[in-house]
Amino acid sequence: MSQLKKITFKLNGKEVSVEVAPRELLIHTLREKLMLTGSHIGCETSHCGACTVDLDGLSVKSCTVLAVQCDGSELLTVEGLEQGGVLHAVQQAFHEAHGLQCGFCTPGMVTRVYRLLKENPNPSEQEIRYGIAGNLCRCTGYQNIVKAVQLAAQRLATETA
Amino acid sequence: MGDMSELKEREEKLQGMGKSMLRKEDAKFIRGQGNYVDDIKMPGMLFGALVRSPYAHARIKGIDKSKALASPGVVAVLTADDLKPVNLHWMPTVGGDVQAVLADQKVHFQMQEVAMVIATDRYAAADGAALVEVDYDELPVIVDPKKALLPNAPVIREDIVDKNDLTHGPRTHPKHIFTWEAGNKDATDAVFENAEVVVREEILNPRVHPCPLETCGCVASFDKPTGKLTVFVSTQVPHLFRTVLAMLSGIAESKIRVVGGDIGGGFGNKVPIYPGYVVATVASIVTGVPIKWVESRIENISTSSFARDYHGVGELAADKNGVIKGLRFSALADHGAFNSHVSATKFPAGLFSICTGSYAIPNAYYRVDAVFTNKAPGGVAYRCSLRVTEAIYLIERMIDVLAQKLNIDKAEIRRSNFFQAEQFPFTTPLGWTLDSGDYQTALDKVLKAVDYDGLRKEQAAKRADPNCPTLMGIGLSTFTEIVGAGPTAVCDILGIGLFDSCEIRVHPTGGVIARLGTMTQGQSHATTYSQIIATELGLPASDIVVEEGDTDKSPYGAGTWGSRSTPVSGAATAQAARKIKAKAKQIAAHLLAVAEGDLEWEIDRFKVKGNPSQFKTMKEICMVSHTGNLPAGMEQGLNAVAYYDPPNLTYPFGAYVCIVDIDKHTGETTVRRFYALDDCGTRINPMVIEGQIHGGLTEAFAVAMGQQMPFDENGNHLGNTLMDYFLPTAVETPHWETDHTVTPCPHHPCGAKGVAESPHVGGIPCFTNAVVDAFAHLGVTHMDMPHNAYPVWQQCNQLGINQR
Repeated sequence: MSQLKKITFKLNGKEVSVEVAPRELLIHTLREKLMLTGSHIGCETSHCGACTVDLDGLSVKSCTVLAVQCDGSELLTVEGLEQGGVLHAVQQAFHEAHGLQCGFCTPGMVTRVYRLLKENPNPSEQEIRYGIAGNLCRCTGYQNIVKAVQLAAQRLATETA
Repeated sequence: MGDMSELKEREEKLQGMGKSMLRKEDAKFIRGQGNYVDDIKMPGMLFGALVRSPYAHARIKGIDKSKALASPGVVAVLTADDLKPVNLHWMPTVGGDVQAVLADQKVHFQMQEVAMVIATDRYAAADGAALVEVDYDELPVIVDPKKALLPNAPVIREDIVDKNDLTHGPRTHPKHIFTWEAGNKDATDAVFENAEVVVREEILNPRVHPCPLETCGCVASFDKPTGKLTVFVSTQVPHLFRTVLAMLSGIAESKIRVVGGDIGGGFGNKVPIYPGYVVATVASIVTGVPIKWVESRIENISTSSFARDYHGVGELAADKNGVIKGLRFSALADHGAFNSHVSATKFPAGLFSICTGSYAIPNAYYRVDAVFTNKAPGGVAYRCSLRVTEAIYLIERMIDVLAQKLNIDKAEIRRSNFFQAEQFPFTTPLGWTLDSGDYQTALDKVLKAVDYDGLRKEQAAKRADPNCPTLMGIGLSTFTEIVGAGPTAVCDILGIGLFDSCEIRVHPTGGVIARLGTMTQGQSHATTYSQIIATELGLPASDIVVEEGDTDKSPYGAGTWGSRSTPVSGAATAQAARKIKAKAKQIAAHLLAVAEGDLEWEIDRFKVKGNPSQFKTMKEICMVSHTGNLPAGMEQGLNAVAYYDPPNLTYPFGAYVCIVDIDKHTGETTVRRFYALDDCGTRINPMVIEGQIHGGLTEAFAVAMGQQMPFDENGNHLGNTLMDYFLPTAVETPHWETDHTVTPCPHHPCGAKGVAESPHVGGIPCFTNAVVDAFAHLGVTHMDMPHNAYPVWQQCNQLGINQR
């Protein structure tokens, strides 16, 4: 019904071109066309954050971004966090601090935390709690997620020191 | 005796029971490589979108599909008339009722399923759904269950208006479903007549929704050449799902495969069979291609079950010292438009009969009246066993009401009424035999940890200060849970006993595959079951693979709900492992040329008693079991399957304290401290248990402080998105302090009880008790949930304490 438009962006470090409908949401492009099913759909009102991806250095909810808006941009999804077979410190910390249970919120959550720690490498507990308030988790009660963020922050600080 | 450090090293290597082993499940999820139902893609797959009713009660005069069928990408539009030839427009429910799969001539609740549009992608399906024209004639609506049984109230269910019995006893009104009672009414009434003190309170458990982060959905795939139906579905009960599909469709059960995959949270929401699943299945059979149907969040909250909606009345009779002599509870249960309440067949009001809680109450009686209204059906147990939150909320509230009436401290009144540790096993007047417990020790430990006496002093000082801007409340909850359904003699669903299962295969080099009838949704089954096997068999947990959810692979079981996985499947796992261990012992005796009685077990090996240099490790035995060097007549292999029918349910318990500070001027409640002590018997993985407690407490916080599903008088749902329905973020969620005691379950092979639901069941009354306690000195005895700022401010305003 609608004309497809070809868009090009950098996705997890690689140049990607894809044809999308003008009304197509980024989350659907990622999940249905580019086969990156890590980012999830948990609501349609931008509340749950399961679809969080990193767009040009900002955490965004890909269920409320049109794919066409991403033409020429740089995108990072959960699938792009692991580098050269080594987990990102945030992923490793979520495992070690038992920061996940069912795993459905996890991709959006770790993608958000990746960006949070770039925005604020040494956050207080309150800053962490506010910093992940756009990502809902129904399983963990957040306490171990906070611990995981603190652990990741420590590790990243040591890496860069 | 072996060298202690060497023994410790061997034990460490196993990572068996008691170790906080990191989770096996995490590796895929942290990489975004989980496989949830909406991640599944199959060649030729089409998408289904449901057309739903905007009205809560209306007659359908006609459905015009023509515009939808002309829409690009739309392949088919199915309505009740299309399902009639295969007799699938209605389906039986576990509550003994029937439910419309697609609305047949009328709709009974808002958002009821009316048609499904099948199209080439989800956008085309949504476009098509918007173009289906349904002509409705609105009918009068019943929203308030208290008005459902009025003489002239409109009839909702014309299809069963002449049915006098919906399998749970006589009906007295077209909207009456059943009346269920238990206990000795006459004896209890007599106790109340002669009691020194009687208290009564109306207590609501509001309609709420479990709201897992992943909504419900399926991919149904019918393969015409083989006649085999595969359904990938986000379900907590894959085997029961398969059986129901066989019953509904007439397809041989051997030709149906149900696959659970990864489940993005369940909390009871994913126990039922929803209409969307049935329509998607029919659509796949008709079209011959896979059909995906995944609901939106609005659909999920509006229609895929609800929980609670129990309008209760609690009464306690006691002596003037606060010793309870009698309990009389009743509840009016709003079941919505169809009785799809999830329950064991013999318990239409679930396990509500646990309502005597942790207290030695000699006389008890309760009655539940269930009615139809124009709301969505469902009635799932939201992170609890069937109706247990409702029951425990009532008793934990009422004991506080009694304490206030008699001016007795709320900890003291609990002490006066507890079963004592030496009284176990204890049979309650409503028939449950509580297995083990030590309630007094648990409460004492918690009170000491929070300095309860100091808190009460602080509270008294604040109450005495007229300028104090806040009210301070101290809530207690000393609950007993009932989980692990259940003995097949009393517990079944659709005639299938609630046993569960485990099959273990041991490989020549010591690797193990275990398959179970349960279905993890985040509870860490792969980790927990591996640790049970590691301890039982002396093989490292790291080499144990656990599989669940694929009905073609795993043995039959009733799935994961009601905290039944560890109590039932965990027990089956230990039993299967013990069968293998018994065979391994025979092989060890044969290899060491001694009698079995001469052998003793040590961590990972059988040793000859008194001759420690003579031993065979399990790893060695694994290899030998695959050779011909076996005792005469023994078959090769080290495999076993166990089906476990629990002799009783398990009764985990806990003692919680919550301290709140309430702003008198805004009604805003701050949780200052929440201290939770849980006793779930033997602790298999402390890290996992603590995670489950955190999650359960957070869901209790959500229910107590903000969740509800309101309706207007026309049956319009007023809160079916995450804009309105409260899911706490990290900001609101309190910090949890956890603690434990260990009172093993006497009838579970490992001594374990269920745990993940305790914090929900015990946490909800603890929050309410804290909020009400803040107002107790002002004569307030009860406030209904949720305790968000507005109703709490209303309470302050009514008391005139919000003036500056």
